[in-house]
Amino acid sequence: MTRRPYKAEFPAHSWWLRHPRYIRYMLREMSALFLGIYVFVLIAGLYCLSQGKPVYVQFLTAVEGPAGLTFAVVTMFFAVYHTYTWFKVTPKAMPLMLRGQRLPGAVIIAAHWLIFTLLSAAVWLLVSF
Amino acid sequence: MSVRCIELEILRYDPEQDESPHFQVYAVPYHDDWVVLDAINYVKEELDATVSYRWSCHMAVCGSCGMVVDGEPVLACHTFLRDCSDRIRIEPLQNFPVERDLVVVMDDFMDKLGSVKPYVIPKEERDIEDGEYLQTPTELSSFKQYTACINCLLCYSACPQYALDTSFVGPAALALAHRYNLDTRDVGRSARADVVASNSGIWECSFVGACSEVCPKDVDPAAAIQQMKIASTADYFLDFLTPWKRT
Repeated sequence: MTRRPYKAEFPAHSWWLRHPRYIRYMLREMSALFLGIYVFVLIAGLYCLSQGKPVYVQFLTAVEGPAGLTFAVVTMFFAVYHTYTWFKVTPKAMPLMLRGQRLPGAVIIAAHWLIFTLLSAAVWLLVSF
Repeated sequence: MSVRCIELEILRYDPEQDESPHFQVYAVPYHDDWVVLDAINYVKEELDATVSYRWSCHMAVCGSCGMVVDGEPVLACHTFLRDCSDRIRIEPLQNFPVERDLVVVMDDFMDKLGSVKPYVIPKEERDIEDGEYLQTPTELSSFKQYTACINCLLCYSACPQYALDTSFVGPAALALAHRYNLDTRDVGRSARADVVASNSGIWECSFVGACSEVCPKDVDPAAAIQQMKIASTADYFLDFLTPWKRT
């Protein structure tokens, strides 16, 4: 009997469209792109600030325009999604044992959200007053 | 018990006749308590004896009947027909060469499984009369979930990383490496590191997480791999900071 195993071709560029779980993964990975660009925008803002008020006002006008606001909203969505996925996998990557029992993943995730919310509130208070 | 009818589109491939696989449709009457494996067995026994597939226990223990049903890697014995649509597509596991019909070539996995030394490597060999290597329930609980792997290969079928680069050691083999690394009776962690911590090992994983989603035994190989990434990184820095301990 002849052995002739058939090897199916794997769609190297479109595989992630095969299943929602792969699309979710690509969204998670893509979120880093938007967050990275946002960091560059922040650095550009700091540079403009160092160049004096007129340059900084120009920068603010640009980021508060329709394109800037759209980018901010999209980045916000990806930042929240990235945070959500990151916290969700934390119990997998760092399981905690407490008195010989594994701490439920929901507790670890909730603790992360709590600290995240408190820190965000602290930063908000810091820049507001 | 009511009898309904389902159509199975089964992937057929005869290496002696076919250039490439094609689908063949079979109409199967079934009962509410039938699983996909029952329907394939019906095809084999009543309609077409040439259909080839693997199965053994019919109770999600042996891991033989892994296949792709409507795009999802599943155990055929663990997937009820009553939860499926009226026509389902049954294919062999993805990312492995197809030997014939629903049978895949799993040699690559077997080689990788062996490469991670999936057995306890004790500090000192003991004679049988010295008794067992003892372990407390708490020590067992730290890795017990990883012992549940049945080598069904659903995780490899779901893993795009393995599909893109078959040199990747893959989810099940790495989860088993983690299982033995965590075992208090084992000292083989450094012996496994050459494979586990290599570029084809844990660092090839980009944490898609599909392996854990399809795992029928809740082994969670993705978790095992991420934990090993952290442990391996700690090893690297510890080794860097304590050069006098290098062997």
